[in-house]
This record gives sequence, C-alpha cells and structure tokens, in this order.
Amino acid sequence: MYAYILRRLAWSVPFLFAASFLAFTIIQAPPGDYVESYAAKLEADGRQVDEVRLNSLRDRFGLDEPFLSQYWKWISGIAKGDFGLSFQWQQPVSELIGDRMILSVILATSTLLFTWAIALPIGILSAVRQYSWGDYFFSIIGFIGLATPNFLVALILMYVGVVYFGTNVTGLFSAEYVNAEWSWAKFLDLVKHLIIPVVIIGTSATASLIRIMRANLLDELYKPYVTTARAKGLSEFKTILKYPVRIALNPFASTIAWVFPQIISGSTVVAVVLSLPTVDPLMLDALLTQDMYLAGAFILMLSVMSIIGMIVSDIVLAMIDPRIRYR
Amino acid sequence: MSNLVDQTDPRIPTDIAEASQWRLMWLKFKKHKLALISLYLVGFLYVLAAFAEFFQPFDPEVTSRRDVFHPPQMVQFLDRTEDGTRFRPHVLGTTLSRDPETLATSYERNPDEKIYISFLGKSEPYLLAGFIPMQRRLIAPTDPDERFYLLGGDRLGRDMLSRSIAGTRISMSIGLVGVAMSLFLGTLIGGMAGYLGGWFDSVSTRAIELILSMPTIPIWLGLSATIPANIDPLMRYFAITVILSLIGWTELARVVRGRFLALRTEDFVTAARLDGARPRRIVFRHIMPSLMSHIIASVSLAIPAMILAETSLSFLGLGLLPPSISWGVLLKEAQNIRSIAQAPWLFVPGFFVLIAVLALNFLGDGLRDAADPYAQDQ
Amino acid sequence: MTQQNLPADHPILEIKNLVTVFETRHGIFNAVDDVSLNLVPGETLCLVGESGSGKSVLSRSILQLVDRPGRIASGEILLHEAHPSSKTEQTRSLDLAKLEARSGVIRNIRGRDIGMIFQEPMSSLSPVHTIGSQITESLVLHEGLNKKAARDRVIEMLRRVEIPNPEKAIDQYPFEFSGGMRQRAMIAMALICNPKILIADEPTTALDVTIQAEILDLLNDLKKQNDMAILFITHDMGVVAEIADHVAVMRHGKVIENGNVQDVFDRPKHDYTKALLKSARDSQIPSPDRLAQRQVQPIGAPILEASNLRKEFYGKTGLLGMTQTTLVAVNDASFTLHEGETLGVVGESGSGKTTLARCIQRVHSIEAGQLHYTNRGGDRAEISQLNDAQLQPTWRDMRTVFQDPFASLNPRMSVSQIIGESLLLNGMTSPVDRRKRILELLDLVGLPSSALERYPHAFSGGQRQRISIARAIAPNPRIIIADEATSALDVSIRTQIMDLLQELQKELRLSYVFISHDLGLVRYFCDRVLVMFKGDIVESGDSETVCTQPTHDYTRALLSAVPITHPDQRGSRQRFRYENG
Repeated sequence: MYAYILRRLAWSVPFLFAASFLAFTIIQAPPGDYVESYAAKLEADGRQVDEVRLNSLRDRFGLDEPFLSQYWKWISGIAKGDFGLSFQWQQPVSELIGDRMILSVILATSTLLFTWAIALPIGILSAVRQYSWGDYFFSIIGFIGLATPNFLVALILMYVGVVYFGTNVTGLFSAEYVNAEWSWAKFLDLVKHLIIPVVIIGTSATASLIRIMRANLLDELYKPYVTTARAKGLSEFKTILKYPVRIALNPFASTIAWVFPQIISGSTVVAVVLSLPTVDPLMLDALLTQDMYLAGAFILMLSVMSIIGMIVSDIVLAMIDPRIRYR
Repeated sequence: MSNLVDQTDPRIPTDIAEASQWRLMWLKFKKHKLALISLYLVGFLYVLAAFAEFFQPFDPEVTSRRDVFHPPQMVQFLDRTEDGTRFRPHVLGTTLSRDPETLATSYERNPDEKIYISFLGKSEPYLLAGFIPMQRRLIAPTDPDERFYLLGGDRLGRDMLSRSIAGTRISMSIGLVGVAMSLFLGTLIGGMAGYLGGWFDSVSTRAIELILSMPTIPIWLGLSATIPANIDPLMRYFAITVILSLIGWTELARVVRGRFLALRTEDFVTAARLDGARPRRIVFRHIMPSLMSHIIASVSLAIPAMILAETSLSFLGLGLLPPSISWGVLLKEAQNIRSIAQAPWLFVPGFFVLIAVLALNFLGDGLRDAADPYAQDQ
Repeated sequence: MTQQNLPADHPILEIKNLVTVFETRHGIFNAVDDVSLNLVPGETLCLVGESGSGKSVLSRSILQLVDRPGRIASGEILLHEAHPSSKTEQTRSLDLAKLEARSGVIRNIRGRDIGMIFQEPMSSLSPVHTIGSQITESLVLHEGLNKKAARDRVIEMLRRVEIPNPEKAIDQYPFEFSGGMRQRAMIAMALICNPKILIADEPTTALDVTIQAEILDLLNDLKKQNDMAILFITHDMGVVAEIADHVAVMRHGKVIENGNVQDVFDRPKHDYTKALLKSARDSQIPSPDRLAQRQVQPIGAPILEASNLRKEFYGKTGLLGMTQTTLVAVNDASFTLHEGETLGVVGESGSGKTTLARCIQRVHSIEAGQLHYTNRGGDRAEISQLNDAQLQPTWRDMRTVFQDPFASLNPRMSVSQIIGESLLLNGMTSPVDRRKRILELLDLVGLPSSALERYPHAFSGGQRQRISIARAIAPNPRIIIADEATSALDVSIRTQIMDLLQELQKELRLSYVFISHDLGLVRYFCDRVLVMFKGDIVESGDSETVCTQPTHDYTRALLSAVPITHPDQRGSRQRFRYENG
C-alpha cells in the first residue's frame, strides 16, 4: 500500500512540472514581455517610467534570457513562495492569492462532497429500480443538468432571486461579514451562501455521476457473485448493498479524478457570474487585462488542485479495491 | 443419428439474420425513440445553420433605436376586420412610453396597428450561405419598413430571433469543426498508440491523462487570452476552434486507443494477418469497420461539449467577440442583472443551447447503444 | 417413468412438472418444460445436457434464483423435512415453487437447507471481500454465531475442503487463489451450514482435468460424510460416469431420459443419449477411420522441424515499474511434424501449448531455437527469424483454426469476405473465380451455398467453426494448426467437427497440429503427442503408447485424472498427483 502511494506520488511529479510549464507558456504567450506591458501600463496611467526599476525587474525575471532559463527562474521563485508581480494591482501575486485560494478550495471540495452525496443514492436507486418512475424522473433531470451551461443556471437563479424574491444571491458573505474576522457566525454565513453556488456548479457533475453509478451498478447487478450471495440466503437489501454496490463503488471512486477538474472548471464561470470572492473573477480580470504573472499563478494553482484531486482519487481507489493494492 | 444431433432447438423462432452491421445498428437505433427524434432535431438545427439568412426575418445587425428591449410579440393568425375574419398572420403594434418621473420605458400594445407577416416575403437582397443571392425570407413583414419581434429585441433593438438563428451557424459549426480537428488528432494518436504500443503508447497515454486532469475552462481562458484582440473575426473563430480541440481530442483518443487495444488481440485480426494482409489493410479493412460506429458515437457526444465550451468562453468575453454572433456572444448580453431583469427574453439563446445540447446528447447515447449491434440488450 | 426407477429411499426434494418460462419479445420461451425429478439423501443425481438445454435454469428455479424475465410458471418443488420422523408417514413438506423469490422463508432455506456452487469460481466470488467474510456471512445469518465462533467454524470447514493453511487463507482475497482453490472455497461456502442438499452447476467445467478429479473426489467424500443429496449439473458424460447414482438427460427444456446410472449407460433409450455416450466412449480408443487411412496413405517425410524453441514474455513490476520479470512460456521445445500426420499437443492451462502453436506459425517471435519448413518443392528453409513479409509463402501453407468461433470471425464481414480474404491476398483477384472457389469450400465443410452472403452472427458455434475451417483450407495449405478448435463446442457438435477434420485430412493430405487439454480427444485423433507442463515438453511419442504406458509422472497424473467412460470402471483407477513445480 505504501509502495503504491509512493509510486503514485512519484508519477505526479512530471505532471506537476508539465502543468507549471503549461502555465508559464501561457504567461509568455502574449506579444511583448512583462516589463514592456508594465511600462505601457504606467504610461497609460500617466506616471513616470523609472528605467532603473524596469531594468531591475528585467533582471529579476530573467527576461533577456532564453525561455527555459526564464521558466527556471519563475518556477524556483514559486518554490520559495514568490509568484511574481501583478502590475494591475501593484502587489506581489502571492499576497493577492491567499484568502481567495482558500475559498476556492472550500468551494470545490464542498461541491465534490455535495455531488457525491446526491449522486450515490440516486444512482443506486435508478439502477435497482431500473425503468421505474423515479429512474425516468432522475434521468430527465440529469440530462437537462448536463445540457445546461452552468452560467445559465446561475443567471436564471439570479433572475428569479432578484425579480421574485428581491434577494441577491451573489457573493459568499453577507455585507456585514465581508471584512469581519473569522467567527462562528461568519462561518455559518459562509455555509448559507455556499449552498447556491455548490448546487449550480455541482449539477452537471452530479448528473454525469448518477449516470455512471447507474451504469456501473447495472453491470454488476447480474453478475454471478450476486447470485451466490442470494443463494446464501441474504436479504435482497443486504445482498445489493454488500456486493454489487460495493464493487460498483470502485469505478465510481475513480471518477473523482476527472470530476474534480470539471468542478474547478465549472466554478470559474459560475464564480464570475455570482461574483464570488474566489480566485476565478480575479483570474478572468487578469486574463482580460493581460496581467500574466497573476493569471499564470492562478492557472498553476488550479491545475495543481486538479492533480492533487487525481492523486487522492487514485489512493482512495487503492484503499477500497484490494486488487489494486496488492498489485 | 448425426441429423438428430444437428437439428436445431425447436423452441427458437426462426429469425432472419442476414443483415449487415449497419442495418443491424439502424434497427437497434430506431428502437430508441428519443434518439430518433433527436436525430431529426439535430438535422433541423444544421439546416437552420446552413441557411440561417433565409430563416431570419431580419438582418441580425440592423439596430432600431425605437425598439430598445422590445418585448416579444404574439403572432395572431386570424385577422378580424369589418370585411370578416380571414387567415392573415400579423402581430399587434406597440407604442413606446416613458414614465416622466423614473424615465423607465415600457411598451403598450396597440390593437389598431397591425403588422402583417408574409410567408416567403420579400426583403432587402442578401447572400444565402454567403454566395447565393436571394431576396426572400421564410417570414418577413409585408411592409419592408416595419419590424416585428417574435422573441423580443435587445439593447440596440436588434431582433433576438434573427440573432439566435444567426448564432446557430457559428455555435453548431464550431462543434463540427472542432470535433473534426479533435477527430483527426484523436484517431491518429489513439490509433497509433493502440496499434504500435510500446513507448509511443505510454507517452501519449500519460499526455492524455495530464490533459484530462487539468481544469479545462481556466486553461482555455488562458490560451484564448493569448489571441490578439484585434485579429480578424474569421481568424479568431479558427483560433478558438483550435484551442478547443487541443483539449477535446483526448477523450476521442482514449476511446480509439482502448478499442484498438481490444481489437488488436482479437483472433480475427490475427487471422487477417495470417491471411497475408499488410498492416495497412489490417487497420483499414479489418479493424476500422469495428471502430467506426464507436467513433461516430463519441463524435456525436463530443460536439455538445464543444458547443458548451464555446458558449462559456464567449460568455466570459474570451471566446468569440462581436461582431461575430454565437449563442455565447448573445448570452454575454444577459450577464448584467439589470438587463435580464428588464428583458428576460435575453435568455432565448440559452434555450437554443439547451435544445441543441440535449438533442446531441440523446443522439450520441442512441448511437453508442447501437454501436455494438452484437451486444445483448437487457 | 420417473418414479418407478428410483429406489425406495424417501426423496428429500421432489420436482413435479416444473415449467420455467422466459418472457421475451419473441414470445414465451419454455426454458424448463414439464420436468419431474427426485433428490435422495446420500445420492448424486447428474443432470446432463448441452448449452441451452435448460439445466442451469432448472437448478436456479429450485432456489427461486432465476433472474428476470424468467419465472416459474407451474409445477411443484417439494422440500421434505430433512429427516422425516421415523415411522410416521407425516413429513412436513414445503412447496418452494409457491414461494416469493424475496420472501423470508426461501431465504432461510437458501444456504441452510440447500447450498449451491457455480461454474466459474472467479466471478461467483466477490473480488473485494475476503474469503472469510464471504463464508462467515451464512453462519451469522442462519445460525446466529458470533464472529469468533463463526471464524473457528470457517477455518475448520476450509480445512475439510483441503485448503492448505486455512488460518491464513481465511483472510485472503479470491484473486490470490488458484482456480481449484477458489472452487474449494465455494464448496466450503455452500456447505458451511451443513445443508442436506447441494446443487452444483457445472462446478468443474472451468477447471483443468487434474483439478476436476480432485474436486469430484472431494464432493464424493463430503456427500458420504454428510449424507447429502447432490444435484450435479454437467455436460460431460465422463463426469457422470465418475460420480452419478442417477442420471437425467435434458434436451430443449425436457428430461428425455431418467434413470439409474448403470441402466442409462448400458441401455440408453433415447438416440440423443446414445450419441452423447458414443462421444464419451471415443476418448478411450484411437479413431478407427484414422488407423484405416494410415494403412492406405502412410505418413510422409518431415515438413516442419522445430529444435530448441524458446519463447519469453516480459512484464514490469516493482516501484516505478523498473524491475523486469521474465516468464519462460516455451522452453527448449523440439519436435518434428510429418506430412499427413496429426500431432497432438496436450497440457493444462498455463502449460504453454497455445504459445507453442503461435510460435511455430511465427505469430510470435522466437527468442532462440530453429524452425525448418520444407515446402511442396522440397526446399527446406529456416523460418524462425523471418519477418511478416518473408513469411507470406509459409503462412499460405500453414493455417490456423482458432478456439473461439465467436472471436475468430470478423462480425463486420460476410462469410464470402472472410473466406475470400486469403484468396484475394494470394493473387486470386477475379471475383468470379473467388466465388467459385468459396462455394467449393463451403461444400467441403458441409455448409449450404446460401451461407455465402450471411454474416457470422447468423450461425451457431458449430457452423462458425466450419466457416473457420473453410477459411483455413482456402489457399490449399499443407499444415493446419487447430488450437483447441473443438473445446468451445457442445460434445455432440465436437464429434462432427472432428470427423470433418479427419475427412479433410484424407482428401487434402493435410498435417495437423492439434492443441488440446483433453487427453482422450488426443488419443482418438492424433498419431503422436507432445505432453507439455509449464513450458516444457515432458513427454512425447506415439499417442497410443503415451496413453497406455506413460513414462513421465505428469502424464501419469494427467491420465489418471481423465474421467472414466463407464460407471463400471469406478475405483479401477488410481489417482496420481503431480506435485512438482
């Protein structure tokens, strides 16, 4: 088991490098380098351009050096916690990310948990009662959930909230808590505000997970070992829960690997629409204004989050499936 | 005695089973009523996309300052006048009024003003599909100077129906073009990985795993942010398609690779090799036919994903930009809570997205189930 | 007729006029059609039949385990109380056919009064639960034992079914066991509550012969110890001869013959039973046709000579997959195949016999050794290192009939395309000529010309194998490699395919390499035989000699495990176990 985890972690190192390389390529892709953009920005704001400072910046990021050594400077800076500078905000990137990243992680993990909590029982129900009223009902809901873009659901909810209830569903905190210190009350307020974004982001993932669980379980329900269990005299409920459901859980667990990126991906759009204080609106802003160090850092962080999700999913899978553990 | 042994089981109905795989697949597909309906619906949407100009009552770019956020009008089929009632489709005119204190605009129905609609009515000349000169549209106001808004008007008084139909072209085609590109990459890489195996397989499998483990929208956003903003709309369209397929090919490659690996070790492939078939003939004559149906099914499931991706990107302002018209570009207008509170019909393109994606999903599902006509159906 | 043939002992289970139906789109299908059977304590009833005869459905009907859309339509399944109170005739009976599949009553009977084991021990056990947890369950359920007591009972039971080191085995997973051990675990699971009836649905079909013999012995012992009634389902008359007290033959859902095992073997009434018995008896003698033919047409010169062939497979294990493991699949194999000869290669799963076949045809590469092929012109050439293109002329002469008639025909191609492929690629480009030749081939293998434009899915297993044979003989080859070509077929079809191969050998002067796990079949069909064990050829020689005077211990073990063909031979054979390796 430990050997397996070790192997899995070792495999993720090249992945992390590839992700960081991709993020850096995106940083580098717009025409002109960072300092030129920065100078242009300063000029546009009508401020003095300080050549000395520009040169020191050039030095710091190795802008005159070849691509690979620039990348090396950037990535070794990140290893020390230095993500570069945001010219838009005139602040080190690391200071801007902090709180927002935590909220992003909270949002993504609570969506994942929500997705699982909903999809698992409904998937089981749909498979065991195949072609029943409930099965059809959830299939239809699932299809619509898959087909509707997240942001459309968010917009419609916003519309319904404003027009029919007169409430604002945006943000993650009520006005009085936005700048408050962390407290129990603030936490409860956060939980209350999390519900709507979690439901919106989770819809499509839940829909696909229900379909996967249903299909997995349908595959397992008619396997010989289920007959064996019945032949032992187990009740139908216990038979299904102990054997096919348990085995259908394995491929289900492995879905975290791609559901997690999907959730992070989906939350980007929803967070922008609902103006949540997560990394996403800031990232979109950074991309639109070509504030590339900031944007690159966000892309890197989100990718790393996905890769961590994948590792966790693989380890969970190994924990519940002895066939993998013993290999 | 051997006759006795060879005789078939009398309980089995003598079924005619001389059909080729395509016929078997069609028979199986037809049983999926929802998929069949979806097939027609998707066909209709592509016809709409190909001949969008003909189906639009108006030029989608024409603005009308008088009709800002004009509400949708109902079509009345029967015209009641002093001469009696007869079939003559029309909408009732509206008059704009402004609250003197709040300055809020509102439209009042004016039953005395009728705007008649003609079927195949005359319009200003246009080029159908970009090259066929035409002067008639499916429906048009009988008096070319008048305007009607079956699905409302936007903030510049442009007709939402015409704009949504115009958006069909880009949104539906970006799925096709993107998938065609993904298909090329996917079958090439997946097929090579599956057939060659070895280091190529492990490297490409890792690459696919990496790409699949990435959050797609942030990456797409990052890549599209690198497209210069002042580029020609057509170039932007292609750039976006390329970006979408850069990630989209992975799923197809995985399907193709998996099937290839499974088929490569099948006895009938070994038999073909022993028959003297060269690798190219083995791939195209013996393996591909078994793969085709799976590829078609995957493709039809990949198209809706592409459509959703384009919609999301354009909605965020990093995909297509006006003057290009796609459903995502149109929905960007609905981003502002004040606009949608005043004009909920701005959601109409979203309805188009929903229908298109649903239909494509059902179609793909039906195709996937039919793809293996020899599998037992429950 | 069912009743009078049975002994006076009181049956514990009576099946009366049972009908189990499946409702399909084509209408109602009577899978079990008016069947009556009795089970008696301490006796084994063998239910014999081929695929689709309804024997499995019958066995599942007893415990109400038939999956939808199947259901019991009519009839009775009377379970009599295990030991009827001695003198009084009043036995408490329960009609299982009337019970709901999910009712508590039937659940109490399952596992407690009636145990069941299945064909495929791997898929019949849950892969993610330990053996112990799967067996203990029944004890907790039916006898209310606590975990500790149950565990002790399970260890005891594992010991009784001869699983080595039961204290350790109880915490292992099924995939850590070999096939035979898994089936023992299944038996332990079925018998843990000491049921009075055991239903065994083809429990040895998926196992090697040597393992099969051990499992049969074990079941026989347990039957005696527990005074159990066994319903044993099989398609193999040899197995019936080994263990049955009574026999019922099923065909198309009906029991067509039912009686004492001696009577059925000595005086079969139904033609179908006679045919089954003949196929079983064939495995005791060399085929008379073959012997006659060799008199007319003696075996010729060597055409394929293999010396010291070696084949290795590589795997990767360990941290980061850095460690390479080597598996020697074929080690130092040498043999000669002569013109017009049938050479058998016999061995159990994992012996390397299929790998050897693929090596001599050069589907696989060869690590070491030499392979000489002498073509029609008498040119002797070394082919062990040639590439695919260079092998073309050899492949035209050396063809294959595969094991699985479903996987070896491309479902997307019509019969004429499948057979015509090798003709086309070997230069017969005229469609008219091809069609003529294909029709000729179809006629040779006994298929109607209407088969030409049909697709494989329209044919049964036996017919598909005929198509496969037609494809093999299409380019007029000299050697046919038949890799378990008959093992996926029902016994009665198997005989016909063997006869067809024999016939073709006579007409086309073919040499066969016949790969099989069945020593009886090899004795019937082959002139010489190679016995393989774990990659090595342990014995080779004239097939009659090898089968009557084996020199190697493994051959002896294999022979002793081959089922007898008549119940009279019971006990006449001493079992050998080959422990080496």
